[in-house]
Amino acid sequence: MIRLDGVGQVFDGREGRITALEKIDLHVHAGEFVTLIGRSGCGKSTLLRLIAGLLPPTSGTVEVAGEPVTGPRADVSFMFQRPALLPWRSVLSNVLLPVELDRQARDRTTYRDLAHTLLEMVGLQGFERRLPHELSGGMQQRVSLCRSLIRSPQVMLMDEPFSALDALTRTELSEELQRIKMELSTTIVFVTHSIEEAVVLADRAVVLTPRPGRMREIVEIDIPRPRTLGPNAHLEDVARISGRLHGLLAEKTAPDDVRPTDKVRSR
Amino acid sequence: MTAKRSWVAHSPVAAVVLPVIGLIGAIALWWLAVIAFSIPEYLLPTPKDVTLTFFEQPAYLLEQLWVSFLETVEGFLLSIVVGVPIALLIVRSVLLERLVYPLLLMLNSIPKIAVAPLLVIWFGFGQGPKVLMVLLVCFFPVVISTAQGMKSTPAELVELMRSLNASRTQEFFKLRLRFALPQIFTGLKVAISLAVIGSVIAEFVGATEGLGYVITQSGASADTSLAFAGITLLSLMSIVLFYGLVWLEHLLVPWAEENR
Ligand SMILES: Nc1ncnc2c1ncn2[C@@H]1O[C@H](COP(=O)(O)OP(=O)(O)OP(=O)(O)O)[C@@H](O)[C@H]1O
Ligand SMILES: [Mg+2]
Repeated sequence: MIRLDGVGQVFDGREGRITALEKIDLHVHAGEFVTLIGRSGCGKSTLLRLIAGLLPPTSGTVEVAGEPVTGPRADVSFMFQRPALLPWRSVLSNVLLPVELDRQARDRTTYRDLAHTLLEMVGLQGFERRLPHELSGGMQQRVSLCRSLIRSPQVMLMDEPFSALDALTRTELSEELQRIKMELSTTIVFVTHSIEEAVVLADRAVVLTPRPGRMREIVEIDIPRPRTLGPNAHLEDVARISGRLHGLLAEKTAPDDVRPTDKVRSR
Repeated sequence: MTAKRSWVAHSPVAAVVLPVIGLIGAIALWWLAVIAFSIPEYLLPTPKDVTLTFFEQPAYLLEQLWVSFLETVEGFLLSIVVGVPIALLIVRSVLLERLVYPLLLMLNSIPKIAVAPLLVIWFGFGQGPKVLMVLLVCFFPVVISTAQGMKSTPAELVELMRSLNASRTQEFFKLRLRFALPQIFTGLKVAISLAVIGSVIAEFVGATEGLGYVITQSGASADTSLAFAGITLLSLMSIVLFYGLVWLEHLLVPWAEENR
């Protein structure tokens, strides 16, 4: 479904060139749930934006559904860390925004019904006419989730969508997302820096290392679904895989936190 | 004790009643001061003198008010018609911004009062130069606030629109302009207060009608009560215009009130 071959990304920043990504080869199968996990600044968001067609890669090729990516596609949806709702639009019309912007979309009443179904699915029935600021952060992120589902995407790209939420809401939404995933068999690439989240959600976890962002390892997670973080029949597996991911992330490859201070001193 | 304080802070009745009490108190103090220090009317008239002066010639004064009102509103609207597109162009193109922005700053640094006599020389005593003066004073806050507002769109929302394949026109109308509205209104509220000042200044310098003209004339004949009547009408007009805008803002951007 998604294929990256020898992808690299170099930014010309104010401080000179930054190699954000290097030699990324990744193949995500249809219906698979892949998480990208890595420290801050290792290029996770950049990788996602490359797949989304929001950024052309400096080198290598990106393909989605067998076609090279040249720009944002209608069958790929992007979900951000923050809800990114338009504050003057009601919940319902925020969910319908992608359809409204799509000049080819027809059959708007069907979409309206779908929007209601989606909102009901995430427990937001009765909130359709509210404005975003009248909702809690978790509810807003649920609206954002509905919006990214409205065009029944083949691929969902999610950039730390739950990281700004409290632990409980986060667990709830993770479970909801798994359910959606099992129902709709969407391909999902999910960025996180939480090991727990990666273990609960992913079929495979791709561990990235920073500066330059490279693939360190791909960890298969074969715990049966649905998975939960609470009391669980697979505690051993969870512990084993969490430990492994933790080990990979903690490796001292490039000491991310030291470099900026060095730079300041040398000036 | 706490109950009383919360009534003061939250009750809508209190929100109306308290300012009225404050106003009445201030007027009473003024009146009292005039009587207590037996200040002559040509220095400081009592509220009663001012009211009587108004009712000696209400039609005339209202006519003059209408003249000033039209000048103010026309100039203000003109500043929107001219200022908003210029701001949009500035935001759109870095070249234009570099080219025009310093010019605008220079224009704004000119004390507008100093230009008023020139406007009379160029355009005479009619309403034209007054409208132009209002345009001059309103223009800058309108341009700046619009430009700022257009630049304040959160990056993530722009990215969202791009990820949804929105065209530039869609991005402009459905996102950027809507997002700029609260800031544009902030600028408009500054501008409308300046607009009243602008029209009065222009009338001071060279006019045959308008409240500014009435006030200068009354100064010449030491008719202080008339000057006070004129000033009162001007402030009332200013207040009405300002709250008209506030009301419009409330209608157009109810979502922004949250962050005020
Ligand atoms: N537009 C850009 N211009 C210049 N440098 C950029 C740009 N976008 C990202 N970078 C750099 O690329 C690197 C990777 O950034 P990216 O946002 O992909 O990291 P991340 O893994 O998503 O981090 P986080 O977990 O904090 O979100 C960083 O060093 C960042 O400074
Ligand atoms: Mg990121």
